[in-house]
Amino acid sequence: MSTQAATPAAPAPAARPRNRRPRASARAGGVGGLGMGLAMLWLSVIVLLPLAALAAKSLDGGLSAFWDSVSSRQAVSALKFTLIVSVIVAAVNAVAGLAIAWTLVRDEFPGRKVVNAVIDLPFAMPTIVVGITLLALWGPTSPVGVNLAFTQLSVALALLFVTLPFGVRAVQPVLMELDRDMEQAAASLGASPLTTFRRIILPNLIPAILSGAALSFARAVGEFGSVILISGNKPFDTQVSSVFIFKQIESDNSRGAAAVAVVLLGVSLLMLIALRFIEYWGARHDH
Amino acid sequence: MTTSSVSRYGIRVFALGYLALLLLVPIGVVLYRTFEPGVGAVWDSITTPAAVSAFWLTIEITAIAVPLNTIFGIVAALALVRSRVRGKRFLEALIDLPFAISPVVIGLALFLLYGRQGWLGPTFTNAGIQIIFSVPGMVLATIFVCLPFVVREVVPVLREIGDEQEQAASTLGASRWQTFLRVTLPAIRWGVAYGVVLSVARAIGEFGAVSVVSGKISGETITLPLLVENRFSNFDLAGAYAASALMAVIALAVLLAMTLLQRKGDAR
Repeated sequence: MSTQAATPAAPAPAARPRNRRPRASARAGGVGGLGMGLAMLWLSVIVLLPLAALAAKSLDGGLSAFWDSVSSRQAVSALKFTLIVSVIVAAVNAVAGLAIAWTLVRDEFPGRKVVNAVIDLPFAMPTIVVGITLLALWGPTSPVGVNLAFTQLSVALALLFVTLPFGVRAVQPVLMELDRDMEQAAASLGASPLTTFRRIILPNLIPAILSGAALSFARAVGEFGSVILISGNKPFDTQVSSVFIFKQIESDNSRGAAAVAVVLLGVSLLMLIALRFIEYWGARHDH
Repeated sequence: MTTSSVSRYGIRVFALGYLALLLLVPIGVVLYRTFEPGVGAVWDSITTPAAVSAFWLTIEITAIAVPLNTIFGIVAALALVRSRVRGKRFLEALIDLPFAISPVVIGLALFLLYGRQGWLGPTFTNAGIQIIFSVPGMVLATIFVCLPFVVREVVPVLREIGDEQEQAASTLGASRWQTFLRVTLPAIRWGVAYGVVLSVARAIGEFGAVSVVSGKISGETITLPLLVENRFSNFDLAGAYAASALMAVIALAVLLAMTLLQRKGDAR
């Protein structure tokens, strides 16, 4: 882990040919200012310009119109449900992700490698297929007779499906790198397995668990494809913000859609900042 | 020892049970439902003109978006790791943004920029290029959602290999381009490949962003994920299952490629 965190050492100026000025941007293998410029240009055209248009549109009718769109009862109810269900999904992923990562790293059983590969399945599966798949088991034609379609629970299920890899993949590498000397020392000093886990292992895993949960939350808040079919989009019940925005676009209210989209964008930005903070905090605790 | 083995089996049963119930059982059921009417019926359903055109449109969009993102990803990763120019922090902070934004918000942002009343919409319309409700908009949406994949896979590899070999090459008189082709690219190739596989998976399966800008013109702007939704909404459940199964096969191939590439990357 420490090799990844270390920045590459600055090259010794003496090692350079004399005709080359030791400018930082012209380092060997680098792309210099031109590469950086091109990358920034691409990012601006593809990402920033559309987002700027979105922000501008949301304020088209002034601040009061923006506020009216955002604070309409249906928009607030959708946002509330989105945030609550995302927090629950993040919490479940923190626990399930830890258990699955633990099983994959510390446990031995036949088929472990297959299970490890299966974890990535939700990343590989198109979201709309996830919705269809969950409906096949938990929908009106359920072979086990449990019809969860169009309930809040079905939304949570879809979100748990698509966010599963985040919780596992955040914890797994840290657990693999974890020094077992400390655990053995604790055990030899008479600590029970539970105490060792709680006092030695868990504190080391907390940053990873938190970042897995934050990633799950961020993905859950914006998720659309897997939710649209199974949620039934019932206002004040199973309607999430992304589907609410989509319905506003369909009914030609793009300003109202943009206003709620800006709020969702704000949540995304907050999550990115939170993730940076967790990363920084985790790196500081590493040493 | 008994308590620890009880807890060990307990965790194993919980973890595997959770995975089975959440992932594997639903996938098993949908596969069974798909092939219940027989393989012939599934084949007929995925070879209708609508399905074939959706398939090729999906491939076309992926074939444009992924190479562009791969080039951007390598350049951006090099800029982030190997240079110290201004704007690095800014680029680093923004690179993950597409992952955090809802696909619907991405589609809406493009719709508002290139649409009829958008900033750039009229300009393109006057030039005879339609972006929204047409393939260019769907390509833009796909590029947007796939943007970070290659960067994120290449950055850690670049950090890990360090720049000693690149410096050696440049000391021995290699040009910057030669250094990249002969030293840097071979070292990061598995990282690039992994990023490309992830991008392809996302590009083929993207639904939300593409659905906002596609306009869903049958035979023209319907990709495979849109076809699945279209058939489902028209109560053609068997057809939706069949198209889903086609995409599931692609997803399995992607998963296989991911696993193999991870092994290659680890072995290095």
